[in-house]
Amino acid sequence: MMSSFLFRAMDARAGVFLAIMAAVIILVPACNLFVPEESPFHVPTYAVTLMGKYLTYALLALAVDLVWGYCGILSLGHAAFFALGGYAMGMYLMRQIGTRGVYGDPILPDFMVFLNWQDLPWYWYGFDMFWFAALMVLLVPGLLAFIFGWFAFRSRVTGVYLSIITQALTYALLLAFFRNDMGFGGNNGLTDFKDILGFDIQADTTRAGLFAASGLALVLCFLICRSITRSKLGKVLVAVRDAESRTRFLGYRVEHYKLFVWTLSAMMAGIAGALYVPQVGIINPGEFAPANSIEVVIWVAVGGRGTLVGAVLGAVLVNFAKTWFTAALPDIWLFALGGLFVFVTLFLPKGIVGTVSDGWTALRQRRISSDFGEGSGDPPAQPPQSPAAQANVPEPVPATSRAGAVHPQPAE
Amino acid sequence: MPLLRSLILLFSFIAGLASPAFAQGDAETLRPLINELAKGKYAETEQQIGALVATGDPAVAPALRALSAGDLFFRKSDGQVFITEKAGKSYKLTDPLTLETQGEAGRRDVKKIKVNNKLRRVIRSALGSLTLMAADPKVRRAAAEAVFKAQDPDSIEALDTAIAAETDDAVRTVMEQARAAAVLNSDLEEAQKLAAVETLSEMGNRSALSLLINVRANSEGAVHEAASSAITTIEKSIAAWDSAQNIWYGLSLGSVLLLAAIGLAITFGVMGVINMAHGEMVMIGAYTTFVVQELIRTSAPGLFEYSLFIALPLAFLTSGLIGVGIERGVIRWLYGRPLETLLATWGISLILQQAVRSLFGPTNREVGNPDWMSGAFELGQMTITYNRMWIIVFALLVFAGLMLVLKKTPFGLYTRAVTQNRRMAASMGIRTPWIDALTFGLGSGIAGIAGVALSQIDNVSPNLGQGYIIDSFMVVVFGGVGNLWGTLVGAMTLGVVNKFLEPYAGAVLGKIFVLVFIILFIQKRPRGLFALKGRAVEA
Repeated sequence: MMSSFLFRAMDARAGVFLAIMAAVIILVPACNLFVPEESPFHVPTYAVTLMGKYLTYALLALAVDLVWGYCGILSLGHAAFFALGGYAMGMYLMRQIGTRGVYGDPILPDFMVFLNWQDLPWYWYGFDMFWFAALMVLLVPGLLAFIFGWFAFRSRVTGVYLSIITQALTYALLLAFFRNDMGFGGNNGLTDFKDILGFDIQADTTRAGLFAASGLALVLCFLICRSITRSKLGKVLVAVRDAESRTRFLGYRVEHYKLFVWTLSAMMAGIAGALYVPQVGIINPGEFAPANSIEVVIWVAVGGRGTLVGAVLGAVLVNFAKTWFTAALPDIWLFALGGLFVFVTLFLPKGIVGTVSDGWTALRQRRISSDFGEGSGDPPAQPPQSPAAQANVPEPVPATSRAGAVHPQPAE
Repeated sequence: MPLLRSLILLFSFIAGLASPAFAQGDAETLRPLINELAKGKYAETEQQIGALVATGDPAVAPALRALSAGDLFFRKSDGQVFITEKAGKSYKLTDPLTLETQGEAGRRDVKKIKVNNKLRRVIRSALGSLTLMAADPKVRRAAAEAVFKAQDPDSIEALDTAIAAETDDAVRTVMEQARAAAVLNSDLEEAQKLAAVETLSEMGNRSALSLLINVRANSEGAVHEAASSAITTIEKSIAAWDSAQNIWYGLSLGSVLLLAAIGLAITFGVMGVINMAHGEMVMIGAYTTFVVQELIRTSAPGLFEYSLFIALPLAFLTSGLIGVGIERGVIRWLYGRPLETLLATWGISLILQQAVRSLFGPTNREVGNPDWMSGAFELGQMTITYNRMWIIVFALLVFAGLMLVLKKTPFGLYTRAVTQNRRMAASMGIRTPWIDALTFGLGSGIAGIAGVALSQIDNVSPNLGQGYIIDSFMVVVFGGVGNLWGTLVGAMTLGVVNKFLEPYAGAVLGKIFVLVFIILFIQKRPRGLFALKGRAVEA
């Protein structure tokens, strides 16, 4: 059972991806810790942290791709789940500071002492234990997503309406976490962490360990997503994306499928946030900003929605560009990012991976048809194609068709 | 504390109208009168005070106050009278009329003008009538208000004379209220006090309320009961006024939301296009106002009062043209793919923001209020600022204008046809691409003129639009797509609800509640308050 599950997750593209990830997970920490600093192969610690950050972003993008690319739910609020996971981890890290804070209070974090709080709020209980915090990293975003999705999908809120209320959700959380009364550090958030699981959070070895953990989490989630999308469940998801009403009429409980991937995706985003926080050393309400969520969507779009590898690739590429631009040409960055949004939606609707994969398919098709020669009456054989690539093909939009109204759609 | 009371009286009147020019103008006639104070005994001093009061000039008040406080001295060498203040071993001299410092004098050089309690009483009532009878109604009003605060029973007499002589109705009302306050603090008979309670009850504001609560605590019998019932009445009326004020604030917020959302409602309703760059259109409108005002400042300062009227068509054109450009350049390639449109327009919004930031800098730019937009007036117990009022009026005008365009012009007819059934409209010969472009331009142009209005109440910065975009979406989604009335009702409802939540939950929590409410509301009515019915729904 398990082996077939894993086997399903494998194909050539996934194999390449996993090989690269394995190399990265092993080589980057090794080049940081064991290669002497003067060597050209040495990876400085800041680069390890930076790449670790990219990996957590890639995981977030993977989560968004699962719901958007495969199930057609455009979430403009995934940063909320990311930040909630981050806050859960941040709370654990805050409790680990102990008496080393500025005020030296063994129980209360600094900001609570500053606000003259006497007792730890009830929702901070248990966060001194790592297992509890780790559980919360999964449960809090998962529960929120479940409740939100339960209401939204049951009442068949779809399309832009859903996008807008996910945005409202993250905006409401942004406002809520800015409040000092919430007990999450208000404007400043949680920061000044000391150690994690007993290791110094600033140490090179810890950073390398966090990097490897992020890589492993990404690989694990990739495999989960992969096996889901290649299973029968994945087929139904794609059907929901392409023709929701039709799928419903075929007898599938669409809202259950949606709710399942939605909740799973939120949990993955939570894990990403939890790995992100110890690496950047701070979590504040700014992570909830609606703009962040929209940026995640563009990573997925750049890489190729509906291709899991594309989401990872897009996240890393765009964030690398962001790091480079904001350092070298800070004024240009927003132009570049905005232009990217427009360019990708207009000219690269399938993203990098989708476009490359299409080109590859077309090339092979041409080769096959030329092999058959002109005299042969046989139709060209259908080239092997991954379901993901098929899933990626959006409904063809005829050039004459204008808006959705023209679109032939089954009546609800 | 009679001294304190007279001080308060005086202070109020100085604040009200101690214009130095006025004082200096009469200095020549007043100065000898004041210098007279240096001569004679108590009896003469009383007459001299009477002479000073007879001038009716408020400029003599500081001297009288100083006399009452024992700070009025005269210089032995020339008999000049000064207000003094002890500074070490010598006295600092201040001219009693101009209130300018006149150097110092040794202890032996000056002599205090003696004063007793009888004189102090005389001075106090003199001061009261001096200000209550002043020529300027503002001063009289301020004096009456000071009496109201001090509740000085001794000023009843002065008030009676003043009320009899008063010509200004508004000031007389204030004086009567002050008299009522003073009567309640005196030991006059019950009937008078009951009448006073009645007067205060009619006054019906917070200060009357606190006064009456005091009275209730310190009285018995009929007065106590009258005060209690008056308090209930006042509390009711205050609650009603508070609600009215809240509704007003809510309408004001609602009109801002309406302005920001109405253009979005058009583009979203007609084309099903989510325009994330809508907020930037508002921002561009605000910056257009800024540029217009800058040009006016440098070249034609006289036109400043009309700057907003000049900015309106320009903002409409600028934003509208940019909107048409966006539609022709980007959005028309993405019809039928609303989620992609959302992303592309978000990208455009980033570009526009950064462009404005590069052109005008990241900081807030100052857009001035013309005179007719600044200030406030009182309506009952509500304060209404002119800029808020005009923005409500303006929002409603824009709404009405848009309704007219959509209902009464051929363009509006085409637009509605396309909204309801795009293919059928195209079959009837309507050039839907042009309608799309023009509608998008119209929606963006409306956002531009919204920007002109918002520049009057908000900071004009590159981030101006982002602050409104989520709220505008909420309004459109709440009100329902494709129906402008829905947008109107949605905006006003959200505005009023927001303002009513604020006192109980605080501004931020109130807003969170509203967001959560909308999220839940969408579950119940996924297409908003006023949903389109029939085939168009599936658009």
